[in-house]
Amino acid sequence: MAEPILKLSGVKADIDQYHILHGVDLVVPKGELTVLLGRNGAGKSTTLRTIMGLTTLTGGTVTYQGQDITRWPTPKIARAGIAFVPESMGIFGLLTVRENLVLAAVSGPMDEARLQWIFDLFPPLKKFWDKPAGTLSGGQKQMLAIARAVIEPRDLLLVDEPTKGLAPAIINDLADAFDQLKEQQVSILLVEQNFNFSRRLGQTVAVMNDGAVVHAGTMAELAENEELQQDLLGLGLGAHQ
Amino acid sequence: MTEETTAMPLSETGSGSERERRSPIEWLRDQREHRAHLFLLAIMLLASIAVIDFRTWLVLTISGVAMGAVLFLMASGMTLTFGLMSVLNLAHGAFISLGAFAGGTVLAFWLDGFASSPSFLTNLVAIIPALLFAAFIAGVVGLVFEKLVIKPVYGDHLKQILVTVGGSIILMQLIEVIWGPNEIPVTRPEALQGAFLVPEALPLIGGIVLEKYRLVAVVLGLAIYAGMLWIIDRTRIGILIRAGVESREMVEIQGYRIHLLFLGVFIAGSALAGLGGVMWGMYKELLTPHMGDEMMISVIVVIILGGLGSIRGCFYGALLVGLINLYIGFVEPRLAAVATVGLMVGVLMWRPQGLIPVIKV
Repeated sequence: MAEPILKLSGVKADIDQYHILHGVDLVVPKGELTVLLGRNGAGKSTTLRTIMGLTTLTGGTVTYQGQDITRWPTPKIARAGIAFVPESMGIFGLLTVRENLVLAAVSGPMDEARLQWIFDLFPPLKKFWDKPAGTLSGGQKQMLAIARAVIEPRDLLLVDEPTKGLAPAIINDLADAFDQLKEQQVSILLVEQNFNFSRRLGQTVAVMNDGAVVHAGTMAELAENEELQQDLLGLGLGAHQ
Repeated sequence: MTEETTAMPLSETGSGSERERRSPIEWLRDQREHRAHLFLLAIMLLASIAVIDFRTWLVLTISGVAMGAVLFLMASGMTLTFGLMSVLNLAHGAFISLGAFAGGTVLAFWLDGFASSPSFLTNLVAIIPALLFAAFIAGVVGLVFEKLVIKPVYGDHLKQILVTVGGSIILMQLIEVIWGPNEIPVTRPEALQGAFLVPEALPLIGGIVLEKYRLVAVVLGLAIYAGMLWIIDRTRIGILIRAGVESREMVEIQGYRIHLLFLGVFIAGSALAGLGGVMWGMYKELLTPHMGDEMMISVIVVIILGGLGSIRGCFYGALLVGLINLYIGFVEPRLAAVATVGLMVGVLMWRPQGLIPVIKV
């Protein structure tokens, strides 16, 4: 396994009076795509939000590229090279596609070559360049959300359920985009429910249950072992899909 | 209506000119839905011109726009601070008073020599510093006020109301401490006193009398509105402000410090209130510590009417409030105060989020 870019040790977090994370230990290897699997309510999204500093930690540490970022404010974490695409996508609906991307390029004007690469990945963004992002379809919004995360080179992407509610053709486009990002050695932590999608992309996998990581290993190992899938995910996913 | 709709299928052969073939009623309905602010403004202008003699109407309209422009200056800062951080700053009126006193001091005491010259250019030597000084003082006090009073109560509306009302009382008392408890008369600069008489010979508008100061207020208000629109629409800061109004969290996720942005907007909003204060002070030619507070009802009506957080909405809201005040004040003076609030109630029943909704309250 490659050296870790991100490491969570014993991370605990509460939302209001509920304990959501009960000590999450997670390692994201550098330059690989790690899939975080688990049932609804297992704490996957909260884990991503905690890494971004959006949910307050009550215990444990988050280490990113050797630095302790546990108590860093969200903007500082973002500027350190971590991009986060939340489940809701967080598109600014009243801003145009262009303005959404202008803001995402924090360090200055957008790089033309990189923008062209994004247009090639997601042609609709070029077509609706000056349209309010709120008028885009669900799939196009997801494209914009991911484009925003990669408009500048980042070291780590945190992506929460990008395939949720999307048509299969668009899911394929997204998978292609993630393949290209993997080729560029971007480290990715992907929360997914769609096992086929995760199996195609993931190199490493972690499974969460009830606020803790209950299994971590390679994707190949999990993909081959249906018994383990049954055990961890509660579904014979391989048999169904 | 029915005639046009039944005629539609026949015209299907010639596609591409649908826009022209749409019935006027449909067009109107479309305007009402999508340009509610312009629709309402048009209705108000048409309704008033129908009952008021044209020349009187023109004078009232220009005065109404002048009042709207001053109201816009006062209200724009408050709508942005609410839109961006959902901070209810009820001390906004105190900043209006503060600006009026700071600017009034420059006009009446420090540079009164320039202000009393009959030349407009010489007057400007007093007016421009007065405007800048008012904006500066209100901005600086805004900075301190945000740090001391607003910051500890982010996210809690009840506390914001209590604490900003308290802060407002303190600010007004400080004005009394510095400037004394008496009202201070401030005469307008010499060149802005009096009125233009439009030559009788001109058709339609000949013979009407326009107060010079109101024309200046209209020009200044429009210039500042244009400047703000440019910032909001075209610059990175503007995009950031609009994004922040939609979602603070996502702005932070992109790597921007929302509190810094908010602080900047709060200072700018206070400075604008100060600017509006000087304009209002010159309008009334009398300064009292409570003059800003007395405007708060109108300011709150303007920002709710326009849609909280929307600069455009605030501008049109201010115009509508300014105009209805003058029109109703002319037709039936006793109803003038009711008209403003009545306008707000009517608009809210029709569009609960205001004319140009930006945030979901």
